[in-house]
Amino acid sequence: MDTLIIQTLNSIFYAAVLFLIAAGLSLIYGVMRIVNLAHGTFYALGAFVSAWAVGAVFGASSTGGLALIGQLLILPIGALAIAAVGAVIEPTLLRPLYGRPEEYILLVTFGLLMILDDVMKLVFGGTPLSAGSIMDGMGSIRIGGLLYPAYNLIVIAIGIISAVGLWAFIYRSRFGVILRATSQDRRMASALGINVGRIYVQAFAIGCFMAGLGGAVVVPAQAAVLGMGVDALILAFVVIVIGGLGSLEGALVGALIVSFVRTAGIQFFPEIELAVLYLIAAVVLLIRPTGLFGRA
Amino acid sequence: MSQISRSAPSIPMLLAIGIPIIIALGFLPRFIGLYQTELLIYGFTFAIAALGFNLLLGYTGLLSFGHSAYFGMGAYTVAFIVRDLHVQSMELCILGGVLASLVISAIFGYVCVRHTRIFFSILALALSQVLWSLAFKFFWITGGTDGIRVPRNRITLVGGLFDFTGSGAYQRFVYSYYYYVLVIFLIAVVIMWIIVHSPFGKALQAIRDNEVRAGFVGVPVQRFRWLAFVISGTFTGLAGALWVPLNGLTTPDILYWPFSGEIVFMTVLGGFRNFAGPIIGAISFNYLKVYAVAGSQYWQLVLGSVLVVLVMLMPTGIVGTLGRIARMLRRG
Repeated sequence: MDTLIIQTLNSIFYAAVLFLIAAGLSLIYGVMRIVNLAHGTFYALGAFVSAWAVGAVFGASSTGGLALIGQLLILPIGALAIAAVGAVIEPTLLRPLYGRPEEYILLVTFGLLMILDDVMKLVFGGTPLSAGSIMDGMGSIRIGGLLYPAYNLIVIAIGIISAVGLWAFIYRSRFGVILRATSQDRRMASALGINVGRIYVQAFAIGCFMAGLGGAVVVPAQAAVLGMGVDALILAFVVIVIGGLGSLEGALVGALIVSFVRTAGIQFFPEIELAVLYLIAAVVLLIRPTGLFGRA
Repeated sequence: MSQISRSAPSIPMLLAIGIPIIIALGFLPRFIGLYQTELLIYGFTFAIAALGFNLLLGYTGLLSFGHSAYFGMGAYTVAFIVRDLHVQSMELCILGGVLASLVISAIFGYVCVRHTRIFFSILALALSQVLWSLAFKFFWITGGTDGIRVPRNRITLVGGLFDFTGSGAYQRFVYSYYYYVLVIFLIAVVIMWIIVHSPFGKALQAIRDNEVRAGFVGVPVQRFRWLAFVISGTFTGLAGALWVPLNGLTTPDILYWPFSGEIVFMTVLGGFRNFAGPIIGAISFNYLKVYAVAGSQYWQLVLGSVLVVLVMLMPTGIVGTLGRIARMLRRG
């Protein structure tokens, strides 16, 4: 019973991180019709920046309540940095290609993936970076007879807050209305006086922020390593294919499905754990091309 | 309209260009040495893969981000045949690799061609990653990340006429394998040329340009897309089969999706609206990658920058850009 609770918590923790990445990917696709292959790399970059910032400010061996709060406050720097990167990339590299076939944008983001992968290696070195002191500092809580890291519960809370916040932002704010109008009909939005160029930068930066946030919250629990972005991207793809490209609810449900299947897979069928996920994505795409929550 | 349909050179003209190139390629290993010869063989195998890939991208208008699956299928099948069936004949290995990639691309293609555009790309990618994860996880069959070794001395060419044991085996292997791959490469080029200039190839281009109209004039759109997919995957599988003995090892890396990205890269580098584009692109990409890897540990940075600059400034690739320069020179 205790194991079941812990495995469920693990799944939800994992779903929270996956949701942050996938929601950003989905938002960018929904508004701009761009499939960003560098999105997973943004997630990895966010993890590296946050871990580096925490280490640079506090050193490896700071303890105590005040230091812990300080570290937690520094953690989102990764997300902000990635948002800034996104705000630079969209107008310089992507905007010139909007008139051309969509293959070109896909290729530029693939080139970006390769570039950023090496930039990370260049800047942060090849060794894993971690902000484990946060995880250690927060201790663990007792669930039945087992211990569970308290930090994971914070990640779950951040996931839930982000989901609600993003929903309110898109469906209840003025900016959200403009965003949705732009995504439905770019020309009409432009004719009504909306500055589409600015909306695109903002949407892309928000999407990147989500990826960076995913990296920032995961890094106290798992060290940032080279190659984590490439793996994460494919799982985020699986999530938004299952949920529906461009759908926020879809990203949430997809993230939950993927993480519960994955947790069960690691427990019961470890050999085909990943294959099952890709097959689920393929089957969903076959039966409902727009995903569970997508609209055509 | 694209360049493909505008200019179909006549057969005498093709022979006039092709025969000197073939003769030059035949004598090349005498002048460039062992290492360069080896690099060129890699270039030829990738060229076959890119040629197959471009039947989908350039001629049918479908961007597959999952062609690593068919390359890997060809490679792993050869490795299994050599290791488990103890077959020595390379011809039988190739036959096995080609058949296996034909079967898997027929199955995957049947699923993928139900969609177009980005959905097609993602579906192809998702299915290719099924194979990758199986190769990665079933390590007692596939060797996991260690992969499977395919030792050179376990292989014979042309029905046992050439074997590679004893002294100087490596040199003999490279020089004879060069001609072996060159001949298969030329056959593949001729077959692909015939396919794209056949009525079937024209129908594919019609589907690419306007699938609704193509349907109206009686082209079975979905079935032709499927056929193009199968041919494309089989060519890429042939490339994987030829690649394995040269590399001596097959690992899950060639099934992982960034390798699919490299195949796309090769094709775009050469120019995908052009028959020769993927060939030039694959050979150039191979040199580019080898020298970038040798020159810097940040080779991905080099390759990524080349790709970004290419897409922004030279979207028609090497061949397309050279063609444009040639036309400008002729006019002015």
